Amino acid sequence: MAKAELMNYEQALEKFEVVIGLEVHVELNTKTKMFCGCRNDFGDEPNTNVCPVCLGLPGALPVVNKRAVESAIKIGLAIGCDIAPNGRFARKNYFYPDLAKNFQTSQFDEPIAFEGGVEVEVPSGQVYKIDIERAHMEEDAGKLTHVGGNTGRIQGAEFSLVDYNRAGVPLIEIVTKPVYGAGAEAPELAAAYVRYIREVVKALDVSEARMERGNVRCDANVSLRLHGAEKLGTRTETKNVNSLRSIERAVRYEIQRQAHILANGGTIIQETRHWHEDKGTTSAGRPKSDADDYRYFPEPDLVPVAPSKELIEELRASLPEDPATRRKRLQEAWGFSDLEFRDVVNAGLMDPIEETVAAGASPQAARKWWSGEIARQANADGKDVSELNVTAAQVAELAALVEAGKINDRIGREVLAAVMNGEGNPGEIVSAKGLEVVSDDGALMAAIDEALAKQPDVLEKIREGKVQAAGAVIGAVMQAMKGQADAGRVRELIIERAAQ
Amino acid sequence: MNLVKLTAVEQLEGLRSGAFTSVELTQAHLDRIASVDGVVHAFLHVNASGALATAAEVDRKRAAGETLPALAGLPIAVKDNLTTIDEPTTAGSKILEGWVPPYDSTVVSKLRAEMMPILGKTNLDEFAMGSTTQFSAYGPTSNPWSLDRIPGGSGGGSAAAVGAYMAPLAIGSDTGGSIRYPAAMTGTVGTKPTYGAVSRYGLIALGSSLDQIGPVARNVQDAALLHDVIAGHDERDSTSLPEDLGSMVAAASNGSLAGVKVGVIKELSGSGFQAGISARFQESLELLKAAGAEIVEVSCPSFQYAIAAYYLILPAEASSNLAKFDSVRFGMRVTPEGNPTIERVMAATREAGFGPEVKRRIILGTYALSSGYYDDYYGSAQKVRTLIQRDFDAAFAKADVLVSPTAPTTAFKLGEKIEDPLAMYLNDIATIPANLAGIPGLSLPNGLADEDGLPSSIQLLAPARADQRLYSVGAVLEKAHENVWGKRMIDFAPEVKAGA
Amino acid sequence: MSEITPEVVRHLAGLARIDVTDAEVDRFTEQLGLIVDSAATLKAAVAGDVPATSHPIPMKNVYREDVVLESLSQEAALSGSADSESGRFRVAAILDEE
Repeated sequence: MAKAELMNYEQALEKFEVVIGLEVHVELNTKTKMFCGCRNDFGDEPNTNVCPVCLGLPGALPVVNKRAVESAIKIGLAIGCDIAPNGRFARKNYFYPDLAKNFQTSQFDEPIAFEGGVEVEVPSGQVYKIDIERAHMEEDAGKLTHVGGNTGRIQGAEFSLVDYNRAGVPLIEIVTKPVYGAGAEAPELAAAYVRYIREVVKALDVSEARMERGNVRCDANVSLRLHGAEKLGTRTETKNVNSLRSIERAVRYEIQRQAHILANGGTIIQETRHWHEDKGTTSAGRPKSDADDYRYFPEPDLVPVAPSKELIEELRASLPEDPATRRKRLQEAWGFSDLEFRDVVNAGLMDPIEETVAAGASPQAARKWWSGEIARQANADGKDVSELNVTAAQVAELAALVEAGKINDRIGREVLAAVMNGEGNPGEIVSAKGLEVVSDDGALMAAIDEALAKQPDVLEKIREGKVQAAGAVIGAVMQAMKGQADAGRVRELIIERAAQ
Repeated sequence: MNLVKLTAVEQLEGLRSGAFTSVELTQAHLDRIASVDGVVHAFLHVNASGALATAAEVDRKRAAGETLPALAGLPIAVKDNLTTIDEPTTAGSKILEGWVPPYDSTVVSKLRAEMMPILGKTNLDEFAMGSTTQFSAYGPTSNPWSLDRIPGGSGGGSAAAVGAYMAPLAIGSDTGGSIRYPAAMTGTVGTKPTYGAVSRYGLIALGSSLDQIGPVARNVQDAALLHDVIAGHDERDSTSLPEDLGSMVAAASNGSLAGVKVGVIKELSGSGFQAGISARFQESLELLKAAGAEIVEVSCPSFQYAIAAYYLILPAEASSNLAKFDSVRFGMRVTPEGNPTIERVMAATREAGFGPEVKRRIILGTYALSSGYYDDYYGSAQKVRTLIQRDFDAAFAKADVLVSPTAPTTAFKLGEKIEDPLAMYLNDIATIPANLAGIPGLSLPNGLADEDGLPSSIQLLAPARADQRLYSVGAVLEKAHENVWGKRMIDFAPEVKAGA
Repeated sequence: MSEITPEVVRHLAGLARIDVTDAEVDRFTEQLGLIVDSAATLKAAVAGDVPATSHPIPMKNVYREDVVLESLSQEAALSGSADSESGRFRVAAILDEE
């Protein structure tokens, strides 16, 4: 496929107004599926967590998972929605081999939650209000594996294999209203919004919320219109966007791609597009067509979901603090400046830092490691920090080793790299590699005296008050000790020696 | 003694008294099947070994003095749209030829728990779409009264099996009259319980909001026995009624018409109904009156829309229910020439696997649900449903039960009307309103029509959950008939000529 | 006059994933036309403010607890399939996505 031409981003924004819309699918962490008692665990052996219901066998009937409904209500309340007093399930009819019944049991015109809104902060500090249109319950599809031809791709595959373990896993789809006015920040806003939703569902403990595992998935709608135009432009829906970074990149890419087409007199085709993480591009999927006539109708095998006011209020009372309140609380507790805290939030480091502090590290140490070495590594790998091979407990252990003077920062970075490399916990790595700093004053003194012998004037300078002269000796000692010395202690010893 | 000619009640007495064993009784029915089913073709599959094994187990337990369920040892036939783990389940369709489900329907589980030997699976119009059993992919069933005539449908197999003494009892399913209409054609008794009274789990769905499983028998008391076994709440069916509707056996035993108001539905009489049927109907009204009932006339003006509404709702639901027959997980697979995609395999399989009536209804249902047509067709039909319920509410305010002929004509010849769906759909004119409103109905033999000597029938209808009224009124009328005729109506039936 | 044309029938058959022959298209066009025409009377019948009934017996809030029930074995799950491989259902390749 020919690479699409893109308009320069600034130019695109000068000419067009960006309108985005986001659909986020959240996979619930219930024990069982949405409509049957099969385990909600699709990593198992294929087709072992299946039954007549989720395999869509003739005669089987669905029964709604109570906990999934409660989770949906909690999510709805947490994003400011009203809860429908009488919601219903509907069948969305289309044929696809991963869809066991060839209809998806979903909700159509009577979703469980509707008309909400959240406030989302982007890296610049700007806060945007995002209106939520609805949140509804539905079921996930099975998993297709394409075999032969271009391996793993649909096109050219010789055949496909279907595993229905994931079929029927409960999903909540949260749909925003069109979002206007974010301009150049639209891509950041899209990512910040998804991060916000992730924080919400994680705090509610209704989802594992791991994007890399597909627990939270985002479809991003993008359209452009000339500034001042009233009519919305034709939108595209980019699917398969499974990390915060990708959301930002995909929206940005679509803005540039559409701007180029529109500016050259072309028209945007309403279609779904697929995001390719490796190339950083989107490609056309199926155009919207008559085949999208889903023939929704109320699911006759299920009865209305009509939560009582009492249940709704009970669930509302059980909600944890909302993300804004939590941020405020954590910033105060940690004593971070506004700028420090915003960087932490934007880098998605609030959760790991909170966990690291809980594991015993100081907030500043936790921040230093997560937003330093670890974030750098994540960035280099194009991954989310949660995907790296390092836990909050390990970072806390590392911080404690530094705090206790067993290793210094430089060794710390080396240890951290080893941790991420899967070599073990920090303590183990330090012992195994003999990285502990030399804290034996006798050994340090010997090294200092050896260095002083080569630079005899240093002691004199220190006695004259030129303490910075110690630096040259410290450098020599550290080199001699292969870095495994506490530089502060070396400095103290040199000054002691000068005083003798 | 010809065991098969005994009623179910008599057969149970014989089993209990030791006059004969369950193996003897079951073998007598298997022999009867071997002798006459070659010409009747009521069964699609006979499970002699399974039935005899259950019978032997019952005999062993009885000999050992163990406690047995009430109907233990009494053979039964099951319509082939209920799943059975040990026999093929085809729903009368080529697309399911040879499919052995990995699970039992709830009703079949109840029959097994009751230790009833299951003789086999009975013929039906493909997916229960039809009123003649001619649309079975495995050939039509004949009416035991006249082998060149239809036995009614869709459950012609169950009705003919019971009518021709191949089984004392059978399970049917009724979506628009599929239990009651065949009962009317074959001089047997059939009940459609209140929607939700019997679990639909494992019933291959046709119209989910209309389908209901019920008993097929040769008299009211026998039907009540089976009704009590299969009714009851099931956690696997979300539309299953939570409450117990009482004992039908008790209702049939304590029948009385003193002070009972019987409503005659004005719209279901007169023109359009065969003269001989109307004559017998009027005579029965006199018998009811003589037994103490008060006869009142009720009007249900919306019934004129019932067939049109039904033939939108049913195909709409069916089009979605039958989408799962796609060759992927079970059933037939047709792979066209070349290197076809899954889409092509699905379409070719459904073309080859579905018969013309099924395709016609799927396409009609797809139309009724299409965007732009939904409100006019499916939406309007659902509103008509409300009007029909209101008509019933008004009628039941004036009467305890309602009556009408079950069918407008006696059994017609096989092959008649087969290319005229609209004429065919009129067969169910009197039975469809009960399905649309969810209320119970029972069809009772009502004497032979003068012009052709074939069975006519009367339908009793009761308010939702008042299924007992059908049995108490039905038992009294049945007794009155026997007093007039000197024997049961089925005893007028000619002997089926084996190998004719 | 019916809105059902052969093109409509073909389109509907496509949505319903059924190959249809020309003879079937002709027959269904005529028969569906008659049915649809007779259904057109419904619209007038419910012209007033009539609510829709989708469940004949109104019920609400029927749930199951979030408790694991027994699943089928992989063998039983695959038992009815025309073709399977490595514990999965095998189907022909899928067109047109990607």
